[in-house]
Amino acid sequence: MAKMTVIQAITNAIAVEMARDPTVVVLGEDVGINGGVFRATDGLLAKYGEKRVMDTPLAESGIAGLSVGLAAGGLKPILETQFDGFAYMMFHQFKYHASELHWRSRGKFNMQMVLRCPYGGGIRALEHHSEGIESFFVHMPGCKVVCPSNPYDAKGLLIASIRDPNAVVFLEPKKIYRAIKGEVPEEEAYTVPLGKAAITREGKDVSIITWGAQVHQALEAAEALKGKYDVEVVDLRTLSPLDEETLLNSVKKTGRAIVVHEAPRTGGFGAEIAALIQEKALLSMQSPVLRLTGFDMPVPLARMEDYNLPNAKRIAKYVEKAMSF
Amino acid sequence: MPETKIGFEIKKLEIMDLDGNADASLEPKLSNDVLKQMYEKMVLTRAFDKKAFNLQRQGRSYTVAQVEGQEACQVGSVFALDMSTDWIFPTYREHGAMICAGMPLERMFAYWMGSEEGLRTEKNIYPLTIAIATHLIHAAGMGLAFKNTGKKGVTMPFFGDGATSEGDALEAFNFAGVFKTPTVFLCQNNYYAISVPLKLQTASKTLAQKALAFGIEGIQIDGNDVLAVYRATSQAVERARKGEGATLIECLTYRFGPHTTADDPTRYRPQSEVDEWRKKDPLPRFEKYLAKKGLWNEDYAKKVSEDNNAKIEEAVAKAEEMMKQLNPHDLLKNIWAGEQPMQQQEQEKLLQEFLGEGI
Repeated sequence: MAKMTVIQAITNAIAVEMARDPTVVVLGEDVGINGGVFRATDGLLAKYGEKRVMDTPLAESGIAGLSVGLAAGGLKPILETQFDGFAYMMFHQFKYHASELHWRSRGKFNMQMVLRCPYGGGIRALEHHSEGIESFFVHMPGCKVVCPSNPYDAKGLLIASIRDPNAVVFLEPKKIYRAIKGEVPEEEAYTVPLGKAAITREGKDVSIITWGAQVHQALEAAEALKGKYDVEVVDLRTLSPLDEETLLNSVKKTGRAIVVHEAPRTGGFGAEIAALIQEKALLSMQSPVLRLTGFDMPVPLARMEDYNLPNAKRIAKYVEKAMSF
Repeated sequence: MPETKIGFEIKKLEIMDLDGNADASLEPKLSNDVLKQMYEKMVLTRAFDKKAFNLQRQGRSYTVAQVEGQEACQVGSVFALDMSTDWIFPTYREHGAMICAGMPLERMFAYWMGSEEGLRTEKNIYPLTIAIATHLIHAAGMGLAFKNTGKKGVTMPFFGDGATSEGDALEAFNFAGVFKTPTVFLCQNNYYAISVPLKLQTASKTLAQKALAFGIEGIQIDGNDVLAVYRATSQAVERARKGEGATLIECLTYRFGPHTTADDPTRYRPQSEVDEWRKKDPLPRFEKYLAKKGLWNEDYAKKVSEDNNAKIEEAVAKAEEMMKQLNPHDLLKNIWAGEQPMQQQEQEKLLQEFLGEGI
């Protein structure tokens, strides 16, 4: 076992799968010589050569579209967009094609491809570099959406995503790329199954449902409230398809739920979870499902960024709100 | 330091005149059998187009795109491919290309009758693309996959003049140039994107010259001359196979009919213009060419027409039978590859419940 950061675990996952499966290829802007702007693909070009690690022209739509063609041609592309905000330029290729070609071809083509996407706020990045994009992709049947919160899951979920026969959007919370380290089996090509949430902290009073970097804010809030409230933290890990069972078991046990995400509230993924809970766990609930989210606004630049993001203190406030209903 | 000129040029290829006389130095060497097959596919394409239009008018099919006038572009180009290794990437207007690539006619009718089952095929035919120009880069991608894994295939996406305004088309040309993919971009410039004329589409003198900006080959050809189409695409395919990269072929052609059955072309183009283009109709020209070779006469034409009509009637009957066999219980199949998500299974149950109750 080695101690790895999230980014190291991601690099390790790609390297392990490229070694195991010669049809896995990597492409994107700066992924080759430069090893990616976050260094996620560092060293892969030297090891696997330019047929399998392709620096591409600066054209996100082209990268996504080329990947659709590569997948149709029998390869398994791992494409990178440098930042979440540029995935919007890949959107139509995912909607029309990556998510639909299996259906349109009546099962002839599998769109076995993974879009790796540095995701979310908290690193004082430039404009359009800190976006919460999950809902757009969750709303595409045929496309899975995954988001790890720690190094072990990052590797296991990424390997599972590479092996999944559907298009997967793999959201990498950049705030925790290097902020946390964890034990990761370096040689082993293990998987963490898609569509399975994790109970990161057990509790009996309230369930905080979140994913990615916000899992750590939720854990911090839970720790701060220790002794007063017993807070459970549900790390969804996969947003689509959602692990309803784990989520519903948690809220049925606690009777209270708070969904936390960075993206705007209206039409956000929190609305989906709240709807699901009222459909399937209404009589277990002791308070309304609360949504603690980014405001309905463009992502602000660095100076105001923190005022828009959920954090441990705001989560603690929402726990109070849920408990005092 | 002197100012110097960087030379670029775009060639235009025409082989056959309106009377079917071919330039012997450019005429492709095709066997009599192949020439007749090309003719028969062109006639079949036109017959399919007409039948599809009539079915829509009779309420037996939904909106369908029309191809009459563009048969030479599609037949000449696909005849230059080896469909055991090569792939076509059609749009909605590629009836001729799909016929030549081996798409069963009943599937083609089935698509316009309103079923995705019409996209199903074992042939090397990519599901036709509706969203303009988004598939050009798929052809580049598949070509790159072939190239990098040592496979032989050449990829040929079809598109129109309007598509060359889309960013996706330019990205596809660029990626194909950078990665030297074995791709032949087959542009049918029919001068209109629905109603918008070419002059509002681009200020570029030709569409072929767009290739130059991306380091791929570009050529403009008479798209109503099936021999020119065949020659230009054969050369492009050969270059692609040799690893010399992609080509953009601009076929000058004209759509005689409406964009689709929902379109009224009299709103945007004069009849005199259509009449002028009718004189360049790809079929009579090719008939004259074949007649000079002793390969065509009225009896032969009549037989081809009758054979085609029989094929079409049989295909329509099969397609209508397919429509009857469509099962709403299968609605949710093929959305996900592999294991079905729990939500899918739940919605599957709901669908069956609705259907069980007849709602």
